[in-house]
Amino acid sequence: MRIDCPICGERERREFYYRGEAVALDRPAPDAGEEAWEHYLHLRENPAGERRELWHHDGGCGAWLVVTRHTTTHVIAEVELARDMKGGAA
Amino acid sequence: MAELRPMAPAAELLPLEIGDAKAEEINPGHLTSLTAIGDGMGKALEKAHGMAWPAPNRAAGKEGARCLWFGLREVLLIGPAPNKTLGRHGAVVDQSDAWCAVTLEGAAAEDVLARLVPVDLRVAHFKRGHTVRSQVYHMNASITRVGQEKFMILVFRSMATTLVHDLKQAMAAVASRG
Repeated sequence: MRIDCPICGERERREFYYRGEAVALDRPAPDAGEEAWEHYLHLRENPAGERRELWHHDGGCGAWLVVTRHTTTHVIAEVELARDMKGGAA
Repeated sequence: MAELRPMAPAAELLPLEIGDAKAEEINPGHLTSLTAIGDGMGKALEKAHGMAWPAPNRAAGKEGARCLWFGLREVLLIGPAPNKTLGRHGAVVDQSDAWCAVTLEGAAAEDVLARLVPVDLRVAHFKRGHTVRSQVYHMNASITRVGQEKFMILVFRSMATTLVHDLKQAMAAVASRG
């Protein structure tokens, strides 16, 4: 599996660290309530299909990436810099 | 009173020559990471040190005074002490003692690195003035082509022994194939 880092170019999977579903880009407000926070912390969709994930290019430039990956075929449809996304600037 | 002398990270391990590859430790001088805040640091770097701010995967300058792209919004100034004006435009951090700098050269250097680094470093793709942040086996590293058959490798100082071990294994494996 290879990921096309927008900064470094196409690199092998071993340079990347997998964080999981890209929920951190959609963090609830502090006062959003227990249900929203429980969902954010503990509950995950687990689709057999396309999902958005956070990957860290720790063996390369150090950027956080939002990778759109198909969980059954591993086809990567899109790779974007997390800092360019809403909620990703921090 | 004991007299303390500076010691290079791989001083007791290098140089090492196996087959057509030779690894040597170098003293790169000052190592300074520069992180720009705002727009002024590129110009300040050019004015003070005569090198343009390198784009991702590129290095500027030559032996004695280089500037490597070193990651997201970060470059590494190698050689000269950083001019004070740089500090007005971002973070300037002395990392001189933090890295082990090794050159690998010879006709087999590309083949040795091909066994360790998951990036195509052959000269057709990776020319003089190109640099990557990648890994040497399991170690994060910075690799720069500094000559037709010569690379400069930087790893964390604490990883010097591991770097030499990994290079030695790969050099021996390449040499054994004749």
